[in-house]
Amino acid sequence: MTVKKHNYGTAILAAFEYLLEKYPEVFVIGQGLWSPWYVGNSMTDLDKKFGIKRIIDTPVSESACTGAAVGASLAGMKPIVVHPRMDFMLYAIDPIVNQAAKWSHMFGGQAHPGATIRCIINRGGEQGAQHSQALHAWFAHVPGLRVVMPSTVSDARDLLIASVLCKDPVMYIDDRWLYEQEDDLSPVVELDLLSQRPMITQDGSDITIVSSGHTSLLAREAAKQLDSKNISAEVIDIRILNPLDADVIINSVKKTRRFLVIDSGWLSGGFSAEIIAKVLEKLPVDSLLIPPVRMALPDAPAPTSRVLEKDYYISTNDIVKRATDLF
Amino acid sequence: MKNDLKDLSNPEKCHGAVSIANQDIGSLKPMLKSMLLIRKAEQHLALGRKNGLIGGPVHLGVGQEAIAVGISQNLKSTDYIFGAHRSHSHLLALNPDFYRLFAEVLGKETGFSKGMGGSMHLYDQQNGFYGSVPIVAGTVALALGAAIAAKLQETDHIGLAYIGDGAVEEGVVHESFNLAKIQDAPMLFVIENNLFASHMNISLRQPSDMISRFAVANDIPYKLVDGNDVVAIAKASKELIDDIRSGKGPALIELVTYRWYGHVDWRDDVDVGVERSLDDIENWRKRDPIKRLSKAMIDAEMWSQNQEVDLNNELEESMKSAWDKAMSDPYPSSDATLKYVYAESKNDS
Repeated sequence: MTVKKHNYGTAILAAFEYLLEKYPEVFVIGQGLWSPWYVGNSMTDLDKKFGIKRIIDTPVSESACTGAAVGASLAGMKPIVVHPRMDFMLYAIDPIVNQAAKWSHMFGGQAHPGATIRCIINRGGEQGAQHSQALHAWFAHVPGLRVVMPSTVSDARDLLIASVLCKDPVMYIDDRWLYEQEDDLSPVVELDLLSQRPMITQDGSDITIVSSGHTSLLAREAAKQLDSKNISAEVIDIRILNPLDADVIINSVKKTRRFLVIDSGWLSGGFSAEIIAKVLEKLPVDSLLIPPVRMALPDAPAPTSRVLEKDYYISTNDIVKRATDLF
Repeated sequence: MKNDLKDLSNPEKCHGAVSIANQDIGSLKPMLKSMLLIRKAEQHLALGRKNGLIGGPVHLGVGQEAIAVGISQNLKSTDYIFGAHRSHSHLLALNPDFYRLFAEVLGKETGFSKGMGGSMHLYDQQNGFYGSVPIVAGTVALALGAAIAAKLQETDHIGLAYIGDGAVEEGVVHESFNLAKIQDAPMLFVIENNLFASHMNISLRQPSDMISRFAVANDIPYKLVDGNDVVAIAKASKELIDDIRSGKGPALIELVTYRWYGHVDWRDDVDVGVERSLDDIENWRKRDPIKRLSKAMIDAEMWSQNQEVDLNNELEESMKSAWDKAMSDPYPSSDATLKYVYAESKNDS
C-alpha cells in the first residue's frame, strides 16, 4: 500500500484531482479558481491540469453560480460549486434552500440535483463578522440537504469524494483552521455517503465529548490532555450533520454518563442543542450523573480586535478546563 | 416611466389578424390547437378553483398562450426548459397531456409531479420540461446551469427560462444575463412581459417598460415581439434558437402580452390591481392570440368557423372526461412526505 504524507488542504486537493480525473461529468465553478489563494492549498493548479472549461472562475455572482451548479446537476453533471467564505455564500441561499433542497420532493422523487456546495469557514486573523461565520446549523435544519463537516485529513478527501458522488445536494463545509493538520493517506476507496455516521475518534469511559469540524480537532487535543489528568474521554466527531444518526452518541453517553458538546457556531439555536436533544430524548431521565454541558461561541458576531477575538473562540485549554470541572 | 414598447403595450393597438404569409395549414393548425387546448385547460382550472375543487392557488395565463406555443415550435425534448409560477402553458405546449396537469393540480399521484407539486411545481423531463417553481426568478440560474452543462457535454441542446417582467427585478436574473454571456452559454431567456408583477403595473416598478434593454446592457442578441402573435413568435424564436444551437451564445426574446385573469385564481383583480382596469382588460381581449390567428386562417380560406367549433367541442369533451378521471384518481400514499426528501434513504443503503 502506498502511503503519502498529506495535510488537510492537500487532501481536499487530492479529492478534486481524483474526481476530475475519473469522472468527466465533474466540473468546478466558483470565484477565485484561476488564482486559488483564497482556499489555501486545496485547489492549486486545478485549472492548469484540467483546463478552464471544467474549472470555471466566475463573476462575483454567488447566487447565479450556485443556481447554475444546481441546474447543471439536473442536466447530468456532477458540479462542485466553491464558496471560499461561507459568509459570501449567503447570497446563494435561494438555490440551496429553496431549489436544491426541495427539488426531489417537489417533483415526487423524479429528479435529484446532486450538486456539491463546498464552503469554507474562515475564522480569525482579525477578519471579523463577515469572514467568520459557522452556519452549519442553519443548513442542517433543512430537509433535503446533506451536511458534511470533515475534521480529519482522510475525511477531508474521502467525504468530498463521497459528497460529489452522492445523488443528493450536499453542503461540504471545511474550515481553514484545520488545514495544517497532517496525516498519511491510503489509496482512495470510494465511500457511500449514506452509510457514513458519527465516528468515535478516541475511546473513553468517563465523559463523552461530541463536536464537528474544527472543534473536533480541539476535542481530540483536549482528550490527550485529559488523559494525563486520568480523565478518560470518549471523543465523537459528528461528520454528517444532516441527516443525523445519533445512535453512536447515544450509546456512548449511556456508557460515560457525562456529556459535553462543543460547537464552532453560536450557542443559541445552535447545533449543540440539537445533539443534546437527540440524545436525551432517547435516554431515561436519570441516565446522566450531571446535566449536559454545551460549549459554543458567545451569542455575538466575531470581533476583529485580536484581544477580543482570542476570547471569542474556544481553545483546547477551555475544553480541558471545562471538562475537568465536571469531575 | 418611458413607454419604449409604444404600440406593443398599448391595449388599443394590434387587434387585427396576424400575418400568416408563407405559412401553411400544416404548421398553423397545430399552433391554433395547442393554444386552444391550453386556454380550455386553464379555464377548467379556473372553474375548478372557483368551485372549491382545487385546494391550492392557480396562476393562470389565459391571454398569454401564444408565447409558449410559438417558442415550443422550435424546441426539442432534449432541451432544458424551466418555468415559473405561471407555467401551465409552458408545459402543455411541450406535452398536451392536460389529464396529468389536472391530476397534479388536484394533488393526485397520477399527476406530472406525482401529486407532490400541484399547480406551482410541474415536471416532465421526458418532454424537456425540467421544472417550474413559484419562487420568482428561482429557475433562471438553473436553466443557465443546464445550458452550461449542454456546452460541456458538446451537444446542441439549449437551456431556456421563462421569465416574467417582475422576475427581471430580481438580482439573480442580472447575474444570469452576465454569466450566460461571459460563458457563451446556449441559453434563451424568454421574457413574458405582461406588464404586471402580481397586482402592480410595470410603470410603477421600472423606469422603462422594455425589458430588452437588459439584453443590450449585456451584449446579448435579442428580439422584441408582439407576444400575442404566435406566428411572429415562432419565427423570431427560430432565428434565435438556430443561432444558439450553432454556438453563438445566449439570446433573449421579449414578448409583450397581458393576462386576462388576475395574479392568482379566476378573478380579474381590477379591485386589487394598481393601474389595471376593466377597459384595459376589454381592449386586451381584442388582442386575443387565438382569435387573431383563427381570423387570419379563415380569411385565407384554410380554416372555417365550423372546423373551429368542432375542434372546440372535441377538446371540451376530452377535457371533461380527463377532469372526471383525475378527480377519481388516488392521492399520494401517506409515506410520500418522507419518501421523496432524498434520492434514497439510509434504510435503502
